[in-house]
Amino acid sequence: MAVATPDAAPAGTPGTHANENYLTAGRGLLSWLFSLDHKRIGVMYLVGILSSFFLGGVFALLVRTELLTPGPTIMSADTYNKMFTLHGAVMIFLFIIPGIPATLGNFVLPLMLGAKDVALPRLNLASFWLWMTGAVVAVASIVIGAVDTGWTFYTPYSTTTGTAVVSMTLGAFILGFSSIFTGLNFIVTVHKMRPEGMTWFRMPLFVWGIYATAIIQVLATPVLGITLLLLIAERTLGVGIFDPALGGDPVLYQHFFWFYSHPAVYIMILPAMAIMSELISVFSAKHIFGYRFIAWSSIAIAVLSFLVWGHHMFTSGQSGLANMVFSALTFSVAIPSAVKVFNWLATMYKGSIRLDTPMLYALSFLFLFSIGGLTGLFLGALATDIHLHDTYFVVAHFHYVMFGGTVIAFLGGLHYWWPIMFGRMYSERWGRIAALLIFVGFNLTFFTQFVMGSHGMPRRYYNYLEQFKPYHQASTVGSYILSLGFLVVAGYLLHSLFRGKRAPANPWGGATLEWETSSPPPPYNFDHEMLAGDPYDLESLRWDPSTGGYVRKDPSSVRLTPAEAH
Amino acid sequence: MASHAGAHHDPHLAHHFESPAQQHQAARLGMWVFLVTEILLFGGLFCAYAVYRANHPEIFIFGHHFLDKGLGALNTVILICSSFTIAWAVRAAQLRQIGVLKLMLGLTLICAFGFLSVKYVEYSHKWHAGLLWARSYAPQAHHGDDAHGPAPGSLQMKLPEGEGGAGAAAAPAQPAPAPVADPDRSSIPPAATGPAGLASEDAGRAETAIVAEPANAQTFFSIYFLMTGLHGIHVLGGIGAMLWLLACAHRGDFDTGHFIKVDLVALYWHVVDLIWIYLFLLLYLIH
Amino acid sequence: MTALLAAGLMSALPPEGSDGSFWLPPGVSTVARHVDWLFGFILAISVFFFVLIVVLMTLFVIRYRRRAGAPAEASASHNTALELTWTIIPVILVTVIFFFGFRGYLDMSTPPANAYEILVDGQKWAWSFTYPNGYVDSNLHVPVNRPVRLVMTSADVIHSLYVPAFRIKQDVVPGRYSKAWFEATETGEYDLFCAEYCGTSHSGMVATVVVHPPGEFETWLESASNFLETMSPVEAGRKLYQVRGCQQCHSVDGTIKTGPSLLGVYGHAQALADGSTVTADENYLRESILEPMTKVVDGFEPVMPTYQGRLKDAEITAIIEYLKSLSGNG
Repeated sequence: MAVATPDAAPAGTPGTHANENYLTAGRGLLSWLFSLDHKRIGVMYLVGILSSFFLGGVFALLVRTELLTPGPTIMSADTYNKMFTLHGAVMIFLFIIPGIPATLGNFVLPLMLGAKDVALPRLNLASFWLWMTGAVVAVASIVIGAVDTGWTFYTPYSTTTGTAVVSMTLGAFILGFSSIFTGLNFIVTVHKMRPEGMTWFRMPLFVWGIYATAIIQVLATPVLGITLLLLIAERTLGVGIFDPALGGDPVLYQHFFWFYSHPAVYIMILPAMAIMSELISVFSAKHIFGYRFIAWSSIAIAVLSFLVWGHHMFTSGQSGLANMVFSALTFSVAIPSAVKVFNWLATMYKGSIRLDTPMLYALSFLFLFSIGGLTGLFLGALATDIHLHDTYFVVAHFHYVMFGGTVIAFLGGLHYWWPIMFGRMYSERWGRIAALLIFVGFNLTFFTQFVMGSHGMPRRYYNYLEQFKPYHQASTVGSYILSLGFLVVAGYLLHSLFRGKRAPANPWGGATLEWETSSPPPPYNFDHEMLAGDPYDLESLRWDPSTGGYVRKDPSSVRLTPAEAH
Repeated sequence: MASHAGAHHDPHLAHHFESPAQQHQAARLGMWVFLVTEILLFGGLFCAYAVYRANHPEIFIFGHHFLDKGLGALNTVILICSSFTIAWAVRAAQLRQIGVLKLMLGLTLICAFGFLSVKYVEYSHKWHAGLLWARSYAPQAHHGDDAHGPAPGSLQMKLPEGEGGAGAAAAPAQPAPAPVADPDRSSIPPAATGPAGLASEDAGRAETAIVAEPANAQTFFSIYFLMTGLHGIHVLGGIGAMLWLLACAHRGDFDTGHFIKVDLVALYWHVVDLIWIYLFLLLYLIH
Repeated sequence: MTALLAAGLMSALPPEGSDGSFWLPPGVSTVARHVDWLFGFILAISVFFFVLIVVLMTLFVIRYRRRAGAPAEASASHNTALELTWTIIPVILVTVIFFFGFRGYLDMSTPPANAYEILVDGQKWAWSFTYPNGYVDSNLHVPVNRPVRLVMTSADVIHSLYVPAFRIKQDVVPGRYSKAWFEATETGEYDLFCAEYCGTSHSGMVATVVVHPPGEFETWLESASNFLETMSPVEAGRKLYQVRGCQQCHSVDGTIKTGPSLLGVYGHAQALADGSTVTADENYLRESILEPMTKVVDGFEPVMPTYQGRLKDAEITAIIEYLKSLSGNG
């Protein structure tokens, strides 16, 4: 039986010709903008999302620079209030919520399932266009006057302020639908497009993570939708649902808002954890430890995430009983995350560990996410939260989990799948330098904020008391180091697109199905129908010096030859 | 693809699916998940309803009398009929009865327009009576001769003849006043004075009883317009989808028995109908 | 080693009623010790697990670093007993944390019966505190070692009253009353912040909590309340200007803040937002205090709250006299 090599389709295969891949098939901007190919859509999202990260980062640097001194430094109080609002809104709605699912999820998920595309490719393109539209509306809102409410839009401030709240919330509303449709698509894909032999418990854990995320996207985001609609109706028509002067309840807004926004943070972290399972396993050359526990933990987190929103509102005036219930449930959602961390550590035990750039990010994640998760304990406990709520302690906590967790994992995944996405390797030396800069810069920026916060420094403060100055200055210096790190990453990744070494099909030795096709893949992904193996059977691979990558010891274990396919 | 070389290719089968069955299952699952998101979207409004009704039942008891149960019931019947006709349309498409399909789609559309017409009648009545959402709430006196209406707080509710006679004869409890929206200071409910003008201006109608307006009565109308408004937008969406189906039918898309599109639109329409039934029960039929 | 580390970190927490530490400011209320103890407890647990994770990670990276030609050792990929262990132990720990957090919270949210009650009004961007005798001040004066209960509301948007030294915080919401309580254990002055973002001068909404020694609080309140009788109108007006929130938005030295500077305003022409001009006499000043939206000075936003019902006539007169003195006329 002739077996196709990973880089070229067998001669005579209809519809392909040698060395055509998804990047080269079809040229011109329109072929991209109207493409139904999940890989192209993933790459377009990547461009958009990284641009949003850059924009959100610029706002962050402006905020931190203003905070170099108490009192005015480079801007007025009103401008500062807009800067931190826009930093939050852009980072959350434009970058991190779509983040990993729209980029790496879109690219990798069908490949991991041995499929030719997601279940609903036209809906996928629609999601992307919705993202673009939402981004345009949000940017327009920034241009016409921006918003100064904080990304949380609490009423009555958001219903009475003169800034461009309606347009920004409209942008967020549109982005919400992009998120819903992406989640919907992934649910259908995972249910209906798995290959022969891939039962639920033979799926890669990345798929479990994306699936759990999709459940949250689909169930929580509509509630954000209605909340934003109500906010718009409140501002334009005066429906009075949240306005006390018209008989409404401003705290009701908080319940609605956090009912979405708490599950939203799990939309942010579950894909990151999903990436972690892949990275730790592959770069320890060892089967993931505790597969079922990790898989069930993802589902547990998704379910429990809907029950804890009130922990953002312990001082809001809700009843003591509500506070107690939410605090108790909040601790429950910490447990599955801890279980995952222990399982990843156990995976490394007796492994064969390579410290390539993706693994450096995975190790950073373990360090930073542990801090982020543990500081959540302080905030889940009622007595300590009363003191720490709305201080820099909270700011530090969520940056450790969202940035130190999600963004770090995103970088790890980006570096892991970069060869398959673009067919190029990047400079490993610069990768390590950047990872170190980011790690050091991050801790300097945000660890100081824990201490500031527990000393009573409130958040969203333009002015601050003199005693907090050393902390703020250290934090700002850290943010500059952090930015330098990102600039280095941008530099060598862009360079690799043009000058990087050509990538083999499987540079890292992964056993999931995306590595069974060429780097980059052809438009229809696979030239064989794929069979599911054990996604963590790393023993089944061997290093092949002639290609500079890994190959299967027995290729027929994962692919049906043309003669066997029906 | 090598593995499909020589296979008979159904023109409706998208390239990334292995079989028409897989494709249809995917489409159906996708539609069900979408409908779940719609339920959650309305869920927020149902939640707001529940919170306000639990905390201020008097507002809902007062407000719902201004909704015409007859028209509400008519709309309910119209939508239930439309669900029947669209289900028939699905069956027709399945059996390749294109004429029947077009007829049933047409009847469903007529029902949908009928629904919207009835809603138009109801909305315009509210508009003339000034019974709108909070900021625009400016109830007119009963016969509408006072151009600006009495101040909030003095609207009297005339119970229709024969309704709740014994209950209505009970003296109205001390009402809390409606808040005056003061731009400089919010009003705090406790310890405010009662409204003027509890006595009816046109007290001639002996057979009706008078119940004074509770504070924040406008909240009911805010919720009414938000819920029925969002629902109405979804009815419009359904109309658009059905017109599209008619165009597809005309083009011959269903001649081969490939009826999945009709199936999915019908599912959507059933959910729109179901949501209306809950709205009718919760807004119109309060006891 | 971990025990030493934990002990070191625990000592980084303030012992009761003292000068603060690496993590926390001095805690000078009766509930602060609950909060600080729990903070330390969670910190110890966190440090323990963090150190455990990082040490293991580092050890594994060193010990199991890939060596050419040496494949990974064979080892199990699941172990149910281990999974249960590292699930159950955290469950027990978080239950304990929850319990102490809840118990501390119960104390923090249940004021004693004999608490001294002070009304609090939050507005953009100043606090005002109304004492039982009706006197209003912009700072919070309290007696030491006596429970104080705050009954709070907002005039506009949500604010939050936060005193880090007391470890208390409670949102202040328009349209309803919210409550907080504390008992200060040491005299001194402490910061009071607004902890819920409320607009332009959110970070300027800072007040001071003055904890008086035994016996001195009542004396202070009496002399402060009588200021209209004991002070000249101009002095009384200056005091009102300072404590009733005016100086949050206005200056008397020419600095432009949220509102126009009041230096030299009396007797001079004011250009208004609608294009007209008016001479600032006593009636204009009175109207600006009671109906500030009627005549807005050109170049400023219409954001001044009204003092209708919040200032007595005698107080308004005193303020006017003070403002006149800024123009060298009084």
